[in-house]
Amino acid sequence: MASVDIRDVRKSFGSTAIIHGVSVPIADGEFVVLVGPSGCGKSTLLRMIAGLENITGGEIAIGDRVVNNVPPKERDIAMVFQNYALYPHMTVAANMGFSLKLRNADQSEIDAKVKRAAEILNLGALLDRFPRQLSGGQRQRVAMGRAIVRDPQVFLFDEPLSNLDAKLRVAMRTEIKELHQRLKTTTVYVTHDQIEAMTMADKIVVMHDGIVEQMGAPLDLYDNPINMFVAGFIGSPAMNFLRGKIDGQSFVLEGGARLPLGNAPAASADTPAIYGIRPEHFLIDNEAGAEAEVVVVEPTGSEIQVVARLDGQEVIAVFRERHDFRPGEKIRLGTDRRVTHLFDAQSGKTLARH
Amino acid sequence: MTDAALARPPARPPVREPTAWDQLKVNRNWLGFWFMLPAMAFLVLFLVYPLGKGLWMSFTDARIGREGRFVGLENFEWLIEDSDFVRALVFTIVFTFVASAVKFAIGLYLALLLNNNLPFKAFIRSVVLIPFIVPTVLSAVAFWWIFDTQFSVITWGLVKMGIIDRGSPINWMGDPFLAQCVVIFANIWRGIPFIAITLLAGLQTVSPSLYEAATLDGATKWQNFRYVTYPLLTPIIAVVMTFSVLFTFTDFQLIWAMTRGGPVNATHLMATLSYQRGILGGNLGEGAAIAISMVPFLLAAIMFSWFGLQRRKWQQGENND
Repeated sequence: MASVDIRDVRKSFGSTAIIHGVSVPIADGEFVVLVGPSGCGKSTLLRMIAGLENITGGEIAIGDRVVNNVPPKERDIAMVFQNYALYPHMTVAANMGFSLKLRNADQSEIDAKVKRAAEILNLGALLDRFPRQLSGGQRQRVAMGRAIVRDPQVFLFDEPLSNLDAKLRVAMRTEIKELHQRLKTTTVYVTHDQIEAMTMADKIVVMHDGIVEQMGAPLDLYDNPINMFVAGFIGSPAMNFLRGKIDGQSFVLEGGARLPLGNAPAASADTPAIYGIRPEHFLIDNEAGAEAEVVVVEPTGSEIQVVARLDGQEVIAVFRERHDFRPGEKIRLGTDRRVTHLFDAQSGKTLARH
Repeated sequence: MTDAALARPPARPPVREPTAWDQLKVNRNWLGFWFMLPAMAFLVLFLVYPLGKGLWMSFTDARIGREGRFVGLENFEWLIEDSDFVRALVFTIVFTFVASAVKFAIGLYLALLLNNNLPFKAFIRSVVLIPFIVPTVLSAVAFWWIFDTQFSVITWGLVKMGIIDRGSPINWMGDPFLAQCVVIFANIWRGIPFIAITLLAGLQTVSPSLYEAATLDGATKWQNFRYVTYPLLTPIIAVVMTFSVLFTFTDFQLIWAMTRGGPVNATHLMATLSYQRGILGGNLGEGAAIAISMVPFLLAAIMFSWFGLQRRKWQQGENND
């Protein structure tokens, strides 16, 4: 096991710069998730750690060794690909033991390691099958088995769950997390799914357009996003953003409705700003709440999602308790001033959080 | 089962028993037969009839202008003792074996080369196809000049480089062994593009992530080829080599345009010998017998492909869930 240190890494394909100086320290044994929308450079960064892409600038170190010019096979990493990349002409056992075979390990040693990995992943009965004869989830596990057999310093996962159906994805999520708790191998995991990031990571790195927007513990990002991008990306349904301006202890929307606000920076009074509130932080406040019109009601069983028009802007509110709203009905929405966010209208940076 | 389930029960019981003609019109099995009939007619007319006719003629002493008499295996008995035929047979086998093996080796190498990211990739790929596009006779004529005894550009080059003496040019087309090498060389030149382009198509179906996975697993370039590329390519290799062997074994144009089987029948393939004896010589029966003698070898090649093309165990059982 080893730490991974990404220092001011840059990547360009020809004249197109993809990654503009990214620094991410990853501690030994940490589970780090790189998350961001498509095209943000997260997969490219992972492939640079693996050695599948050249590093245009900066340094990547695994352990104490800078690996910029170290070929992939000497980096002692194992990678799980999005399409699993199982060798179709090899059995499960041969797939898992391939790396050992290339290292000229004894057949008995290969068998023992494959068997151990198969036990960890519950693949014992499938060792003689070919990849085509497996279901998606089983293939996924074989791909992980291939990584475990290597006993590498670092695991790299490139969107490993995106080819699975929703139910299996949740199950595999748990399985990967369990596996990490058991093996304690440093892991870098790439996904575009913020729920995967939230549920699995020790540390989330939110990337966007080739830079790191913010990194930190999942709940820290959730509670203290430093800008509108992170605020909108983490959390589902996404945070509501409302335009308006600050007026002392409250926020005045463009149409005049008022929402409570914590301590706003004094200088920012009367300047245009963006008010951020997560759907689950709306509450029904029949005395002081702002009036909103219900547009759509979506019960999911455990909660209800209400799409409402608040002062001309559509917002989503989520309530744990059951309300019998009808479309067109007027409700009064309030917020808890302790969980509101405030962003600069121009830069999108967080002004204050209360 | 499905048919029974799909067929709707009649709205009311039929008034009369369906006649045989009704059966022919509506019965699904017969309908299938009707639809196949045109294709079958074509096959019979252009495939079965000529083959049958050839087979029949090989058992007769037919000559041009004279209907043959059945002579049993006499033609074949004659052929076995005919040194020209035996020589053509042996040369055909050597020709096929050497040419196919070299074509495969170079074709595979070219395919692997072209599968890399090269500058002007599309252009280079189309250049590789040129030998395949040039009409056979045209390329044969070109080779004829290249290896002409007096005007050979190769001889000229060697003389200029001082490797051989001007007074003793290489008798490319006149020496039996050299002539054999020359026609094999020409066949290889023509056949490579087909193999290279087909194998290239096969290579492109191999997911790049497999190579990446193998590279991370520690595979060298050679191991990548040995353990990933080659096994995944075997199905397409089987197809391509079957075709290549069939084409090479039955080659006619190239030989005929370059050497007509000479010198001293050294470069006769069975196809050219058959043509010479049957059409030019007028001994249709004997020519047919030579042609029919090729069939067992071609069947063997097809059997080879039959087993080569069987779906491998790892290709079975697609399951997409």
